[in-house]
Amino acid sequence: MKDKVLMKGNEAIAEAAIMAGCRHYFGYPITPQTEVAAYMAKRMPKIGGTFLQAESEISAVNMVIGAAAAGVRAMTSSSSPGISLKSEGLSYMAGCELPALIVNVQRGGPGLGGIQPSQSDYFQATRGGGHGDYHMLVLAPGSVQEMADMTVKGFELAETYRMPCMLLADGTMGQMMEPVVLDVDDVKTVAKPWAVTGTKCEREHNVVNSLSLVPEELEKWNLARYERYAYIEENETRAEEFMTDDADIIVVAFGIAARVSKNAVVAARKEGVKVGLIRPISLWPFPKKNLARAAEHAKHFISVELSMGQMIEDVELAIRCSRPVSLVKRVGGVIPSPEEVLEAIKKVQL
Amino acid sequence: MTVVFEKPKSLTDNELHYCPGCTHGIIHRLVAETIDELGIEGKTIGIASVGCSVLTYNYFTTDMVQAAHGRAPAVATGVKRANPENIVFTYQGDGDLAAIGTAETVHSAARGENITVIFVNNAIYGMTGGQMAPTTLPGQVTQTSPYGRDVKTVGYPLRVCEMLSELDGPAYLERVAVNDVKSVRKAKKAIKKAFTYQTEGKGFSLIEILSTCPTNWGMTPLDAAKWLEENMKPYYPLGVFKDKYAKEGE
Repeated sequence: MKDKVLMKGNEAIAEAAIMAGCRHYFGYPITPQTEVAAYMAKRMPKIGGTFLQAESEISAVNMVIGAAAAGVRAMTSSSSPGISLKSEGLSYMAGCELPALIVNVQRGGPGLGGIQPSQSDYFQATRGGGHGDYHMLVLAPGSVQEMADMTVKGFELAETYRMPCMLLADGTMGQMMEPVVLDVDDVKTVAKPWAVTGTKCEREHNVVNSLSLVPEELEKWNLARYERYAYIEENETRAEEFMTDDADIIVVAFGIAARVSKNAVVAARKEGVKVGLIRPISLWPFPKKNLARAAEHAKHFISVELSMGQMIEDVELAIRCSRPVSLVKRVGGVIPSPEEVLEAIKKVQL
Repeated sequence: MTVVFEKPKSLTDNELHYCPGCTHGIIHRLVAETIDELGIEGKTIGIASVGCSVLTYNYFTTDMVQAAHGRAPAVATGVKRANPENIVFTYQGDGDLAAIGTAETVHSAARGENITVIFVNNAIYGMTGGQMAPTTLPGQVTQTSPYGRDVKTVGYPLRVCEMLSELDGPAYLERVAVNDVKSVRKAKKAIKKAFTYQTEGKGFSLIEILSTCPTNWGMTPLDAAKWLEENMKPYYPLGVFKDKYAKEGE
């Protein structure tokens, strides 16, 4: 049994990454994720790893591309405006089929926005963010423990499916301290025969590339990628369900919004309201089936978000608009209170 | 019968897509000869850029990564940091290196990143059909400077070697040309020295190669070679701009 330690979310990510075998971190300071970089700067030199503060978010993500192409476990972390800059690289990573972990500790936007927690990069994360047809695996931790666990899982998933994986956290998750058990004994690794490590004059050259000037070939690449995505949707969807079995009302929320919502669900149950919570853990793939199943008995859905209403579209799609969906939202760095969510639950006319 | 001239081993058999008279072919050959002579084919990784040399990955037998526009030095940094025993080079044009990728160029040089940058300067964007580059000469006519580059409105060209020579990071910076045999021989020497420096762990090298673009300059290959001689060389003087490890008398 490993000991519990008290850690900040951002530091838990960094330590978990190191335990998962990541020895190449490239980043750029931005609030509220800078602790990841600072932690890596301290630890990496002591374990023979690379911490490099790049000249920009763009360079940082391209360094990750280079390291990933060379076959090592590499990562970067940033917050919303920095992720916009990295989006070019994320598109190339998807096109080149490169695995890496990208952490987004979200803050309010658009533009420079603010430095307080937000979930308003949901569209950017789940739709891809950069240009072209692609997805990233998107995991949304709900505790410091999950920040650590999903960092390890994120590397494994990225390498299994040869695609970028984003850990979509927020300023609260990054900054808060909680007890965490760092238990990473069994690190899965995947062979990378495609990596550019030098031919040793023993094989054909490997080329890591996203360009094809032949339309039919590029189409084929995209179709193959989406076949893989279909498999991922079938096999890698993750969600937590809480008191959903008999629920008339289903609250859908992830990350910090889910923690707030859980309190509201417990309070509402005490008042006799049959309400449950579905917490998407993978945002892409979105747990459509959990929601569709719940829609068989639930009569109303509530999407709780730190955005103007982004995930709500996926909720409506998942249940094919068969039930009304209302929205509880706070934005700009404000977190909704359990009372606000409870009020919204109690307002529902069944 | 004696074989006196061969294709370097480090070049594939693929037909080059470059226009007739373009000097990319010569530069590819010089890089490949160098890789052969140093015996580093099996451990070299090339980084292709965006521009005419985007398909470079089809021409070298070494492992290759195709980078986004301007990002080759950052990608090279990642590759090199992952496996420092590999020899890593980028192959970039002037738009890629001196416009959209200026930050990546300057900072990889400032870090003294142990990579080799092959910088092909032909004073124009070739792939997109002949637009003004950061190295387009004052008065030079291109698609986006149809009345000649007007320095009053668009400013002056970048002299990359001179600019980088102010930094402490780079080990070796030299500007060469490939518009005549004598220049080609000197270019080869510079490229080989840059790769050798990397194998010796000496740090960042950049070789700027003045090159022609007959198609987009609207000239015959011969006229282009002459235009380079008469117009580019005076603006971009050839020579060594930095050599941390220069031997006595060099």
